[in-house]
Amino acid sequence: MKLQLFDYLLRLADNDLVLAQRLGEWVGKGPVLEEDIASTNVGLDLLGQARLWLAYAGEVEARADAVGRSEDQLAFFRTDREFRNLLLVEQPNGHYGDTITRQYLFDQWHVLLLAELATSRDSRIAAIAAKALKEVRYHVERSSQWVIRLGDGTDVSHARMQAAVDALWMYTGEMFSVDETERALIDAGIAADNAALAAPWRAAVQSVFAEATLDVPADPWMQGARGRGGKQGVHTEHLSRMLAEMQALPRMYPEARW
Amino acid sequence: MYAQMIDTGLTKVADTADMSDDERAFQARIDDDVRIEPKDWMPEAYRRTLIRQIQQHAHSEVVGMLPEGNWITRAPSLARKAILMAKVQDEAGHGLYLYCAAETLGVSREQMIEDLHAGKVKYSSIFNYPTLTWADIGAVGWLVDGAAIMNQIPLCRCSFGPYARAMIRICKEESFHQRQGFDVMMSLCRGTPEQKAMAQDALDRWWWPSLMMFGPPDAASVHSAHSAKWKIKRLSNDELRQRFVDQTVPQSDYLGLRIPDDDLAWNEDRGHYDFGAIDWSEFHEVLKGHGPCNRDRMRTRVNAWEDGAWVREAAVAHAQKRDARAKAAA
Repeated sequence: MKLQLFDYLLRLADNDLVLAQRLGEWVGKGPVLEEDIASTNVGLDLLGQARLWLAYAGEVEARADAVGRSEDQLAFFRTDREFRNLLLVEQPNGHYGDTITRQYLFDQWHVLLLAELATSRDSRIAAIAAKALKEVRYHVERSSQWVIRLGDGTDVSHARMQAAVDALWMYTGEMFSVDETERALIDAGIAADNAALAAPWRAAVQSVFAEATLDVPADPWMQGARGRGGKQGVHTEHLSRMLAEMQALPRMYPEARW
Repeated sequence: MYAQMIDTGLTKVADTADMSDDERAFQARIDDDVRIEPKDWMPEAYRRTLIRQIQQHAHSEVVGMLPEGNWITRAPSLARKAILMAKVQDEAGHGLYLYCAAETLGVSREQMIEDLHAGKVKYSSIFNYPTLTWADIGAVGWLVDGAAIMNQIPLCRCSFGPYARAMIRICKEESFHQRQGFDVMMSLCRGTPEQKAMAQDALDRWWWPSLMMFGPPDAASVHSAHSAKWKIKRLSNDELRQRFVDQTVPQSDYLGLRIPDDDLAWNEDRGHYDFGAIDWSEFHEVLKGHGPCNRDRMRTRVNAWEDGAWVREAAVAHAQKRDARAKAAA
């Protein structure tokens, strides 16, 4: 159970860390200064959440193994095959509409997930989730408003948003799958039941898309199915490149403290 | 970040005898240290000087996000990454206050951005230098923000109210940034030999450009007289530069780094450090566009603005549609 918990905490941490890293790529290049600030804020929140999950993961690892890794060891010295984030969050930024769509699809799931985790039987998970939930409620508010603005805005923005939705949709299925790791923790009252998040997520997305005049894609085919997706460490080609950049300095000077 | 070389289009300071009644009353308020507010009467040249200075300052904050943003994705620890992201976000916030302060003088943000992109208005030349290693993030915080604070503290008492108030907030955050930069340098200097060498290399590259941030020597600064009379600028370039050197040398000693200036020495008689001659030809070359990153910085900003045009247009279009729907429903 301890190793399953460790693995689950990495899933929570890595979603936040990888998406924060992507948002960090935007800094200084946003479409308008206010958005630069808002988007960096979201990135900072996610980075903060990642650190809380990683710290707990390290403690759980120490309990199981006597040696627990620090947040930086976990962030900078795991390979892409050891990262446990959803495929959705590692997708490249693209244009601002791609970034907003990725953000909204994730935020809408994240907020439901955290609300469930806030009642986890693991009190540490519940506490972190309760703190993160306050932040993520704002994230989904912001990203849904941008989906509506850009979807409903001009012909150009509508077309770009529909294309973004169509391209990213296949990465959403993974959010609702349940593998053995999660099954055991769900049964123990520790993890959230992803499958149960699907209906409320879909209802919320349909409502936002309706206001945004965007179509929900009809193709049911999803990436990361059959237990071979981001949560199991089988990623898209984008992640290793992103980690190569993120991890370069600590790996070049493994003895150094920064 | 402070803007250098403000071109006010003015070459001489007017005598009281040459002034109109309005100008005399205005100057009397300045002399009495009464803040000028946006709706008050002001000489056209005062307005022009401020628009130019505040917008150069705003642009400097925004362009200044780029060299530091360059290391966000490669910050070597999660704590450092969070600090750097927050710092660069602060710079965006500074840009925002300053654009707002300039807008009170009757110029739109869009116009200011277009003027920057057309090369009509400059930003601080220091951002035309590259951040090559992680130590540059330390050096930029320590030296560049340190020099900026030196320049900006007097601006908190600038005669124009909105600018002075913006500067008070900005200075508080900048002094925090400077301490964070120094803290990066400390970690490096206490670290491995490679880290220490990285820190020394960053100081070697950033020292002289930081001294240039205060602008040309007083003797060569044609616009300072007016700015001083109007209390836009309260200390001269050379005075500020000397303060910066005096403050920074002991910090460098503490870090165990060597400032790249053979002429640097404490002068007991003056009670200040003497320092070597600045290569102003480099400054003028960078100002003309011949720095290592001038073109990259402008290209990045122009691309960000142009790539974001459809987003801004869509936001406006949506707001208009929403208003129209609300009206139709009413």
